[in-house]
Amino acid sequence: MRLNELKLGGSAIIDHVEDHTAGDPVAERLRALGFVPGEPIRIVAVGPIGADPIAVGIGFTRFALRRAEASRVLLRDAA
Amino acid sequence: MSVLNAALVGNPNCGKTALFNLLTGSRQKVANYAGVTVERKVGRLTTPGGLAVRLLDLPGAYSLVATSPDEAVTRDVCAGTYRGEPAPELLVCVLDATNLRLHLRFALEVRQMGRPMILVLNMIDAARRQGIAIDVPRLAAEFGAPVVTAVGIRRNGGQEVLRALDLPPPPPPPALPPGSDFHAEARRMLADCVARPSRLGMALEERLDRWFLHPVWGMVILFALMFVMFQAVFSWAQPVMDLLDAGTAALGQAVGTVLPDGPLRSLIVDGVIAGAGSVVVFLPQILILFLWILALEESGYLPRAAFLLDRIMATAGLSGRSFIPLLSSFACAVPGIMATRTIQNPRDRMITILIAPLMTCSARLPVYTLLIAAFVPERRIGGLFNLHGLVLFALYLAGILSALVVARVLKNRDRQEEHPLLLELPAYRLPNPRDLALGLKQRAVIFLSRVGSIIVTVSVLLWALASFPAPPAGAVGPAIEWSLAGRIGHWMLHVMAPIGFNWQICVSLIPGLAAREVAVSALATVYSLGATDGDAARQLQPLLSAHWSLGTALSLLTWYIFAPQCFSTLAVIRRETGSWRMVGITAGYLFAMAYGAAFIVWHASLLLGWGGSP
Repeated sequence: MRLNELKLGGSAIIDHVEDHTAGDPVAERLRALGFVPGEPIRIVAVGPIGADPIAVGIGFTRFALRRAEASRVLLRDAA
Repeated sequence: MSVLNAALVGNPNCGKTALFNLLTGSRQKVANYAGVTVERKVGRLTTPGGLAVRLLDLPGAYSLVATSPDEAVTRDVCAGTYRGEPAPELLVCVLDATNLRLHLRFALEVRQMGRPMILVLNMIDAARRQGIAIDVPRLAAEFGAPVVTAVGIRRNGGQEVLRALDLPPPPPPPALPPGSDFHAEARRMLADCVARPSRLGMALEERLDRWFLHPVWGMVILFALMFVMFQAVFSWAQPVMDLLDAGTAALGQAVGTVLPDGPLRSLIVDGVIAGAGSVVVFLPQILILFLWILALEESGYLPRAAFLLDRIMATAGLSGRSFIPLLSSFACAVPGIMATRTIQNPRDRMITILIAPLMTCSARLPVYTLLIAAFVPERRIGGLFNLHGLVLFALYLAGILSALVVARVLKNRDRQEEHPLLLELPAYRLPNPRDLALGLKQRAVIFLSRVGSIIVTVSVLLWALASFPAPPAGAVGPAIEWSLAGRIGHWMLHVMAPIGFNWQICVSLIPGLAAREVAVSALATVYSLGATDGDAARQLQPLLSAHWSLGTALSLLTWYIFAPQCFSTLAVIRRETGSWRMVGITAGYLFAMAYGAAFIVWHASLLLGWGGSP
């Protein structure tokens, strides 16, 4: 499953972040921000139109990202 | 005496700027880094031990693998490769003690630079309240650099930092082998040095975000906030602006009675004082807007607003961050363009600056109301709407729609790159009055000194154009007709006749460069009415409906949707982008759109038979 498919209030564990292009700067930045394997993540809010963007809680931080950006994040189910 | 060159680095939202304000007080200088639009803040301080320190507040960065001009500046200054910037002798790396996971990773990245550094655990009070216990000596030992704590928002909250600056700079800390996993290393250090309660201290954030980010209530709160802000900028500033206006007029009169009649008096009263007045009059709007924006930013709400509005702004190819600058531009593009500083993405910022003048500013209203009252019949449509109101609405809408088109066209020009939203939603904080006051002061100084000087210079220039040469003895007609401006106006007619303008309009557009609404009083001058009379518009109205065709009026209204002729806007674009090229592009495209649209409207009017004299 990918992060953009996770429902509001749902949580999961990050498996990895994949590059959509060679040297994908967005994926690189996601990894720098703490989107790393084994990290728990949950969806805390979704945008008012088309439920896009989404707000996620990861570590002790919250980030807003668009669904297109979130599709780079692959998840494993929460244990 | 030697001066220590130190630089503050850290993640955005680590409280770095509050700490910088605390350490340097008002001894700060704000400018731009050479050649880029990144803000450069430098301050001076003296430590208790008497050491003079030159402290640079580097832009916040998540990573030194830079994805924005801000981060590139931080990277290059830390590396000592930024041209014209001395390599810092000490890096003061600021970390939010409540968010060490993310911030320690960045500190590890900074450590790879091999420069002497100290770590500052900022907001240590908040961390203690959340029950986070940090073993500071152990962290210092594991990281290999001195670690101190601070509370950036409290008086004396920076004492430990000052004491650490007094000590001789520590040796550069050890770096990890290249290609190491900073996350893993940060996690390892945290496991060793930090104990947190199992229950996360995010309950407050969670509860607030349930409201502020709610699809319905979040939007309601946002629109309530925007409504009050718009009201504040639009109408609360008005009495103060009127007062300033009256003040400059009174000053001009007072000076006028002292000086003998002649070119000198005219220069000082009509050139310098009037020019300075047109600068000062913007201040209330700028201060109110920035007080609002700074408070929203400091409190952590601004990124939430961007989150809520992102999808709407995405239709124009922008992000949620562009909303507030564009909204403020309905009052005036000058504060609106200054507000684009909150947009991190440089391309989004440029596009927002480019389209901000298309938002119908309040200075266009006098021109709109004059022409609508003179040419549009007062009629009810469908028993509900007033035709005057409908035309005014259509003019506003035309501005917004053309901004949308321009933004889409500009976006399509570079579609090779994805521009992510990827925005941190920081913890909510109560804005600190001292930080707000310092921020406001900086905006006011930048505006008055950098933008003001351009506006005053141009005002004097325009005054000279409209005053010289003086009419010969015994000449009839208004003096402006004999001046250079009058001649330029007549010459402009060759260009403007195809869009239905007469020479009177052309001449009045020249003083109208200073501010759009000045065109109304300039028209009054050209038609030999009392120029500065408050009721110039009322006297003009029947005159215009008698002398102009409907087509000319519609064409001028259309011209004013784009109105490229506001020098204050161009001056602030020059200041904010640091480039005359951007000024040229803005003026050029606005002129082209104004001319094109007015041309179409005029020729359509001719076809409809509206072009003849009434």
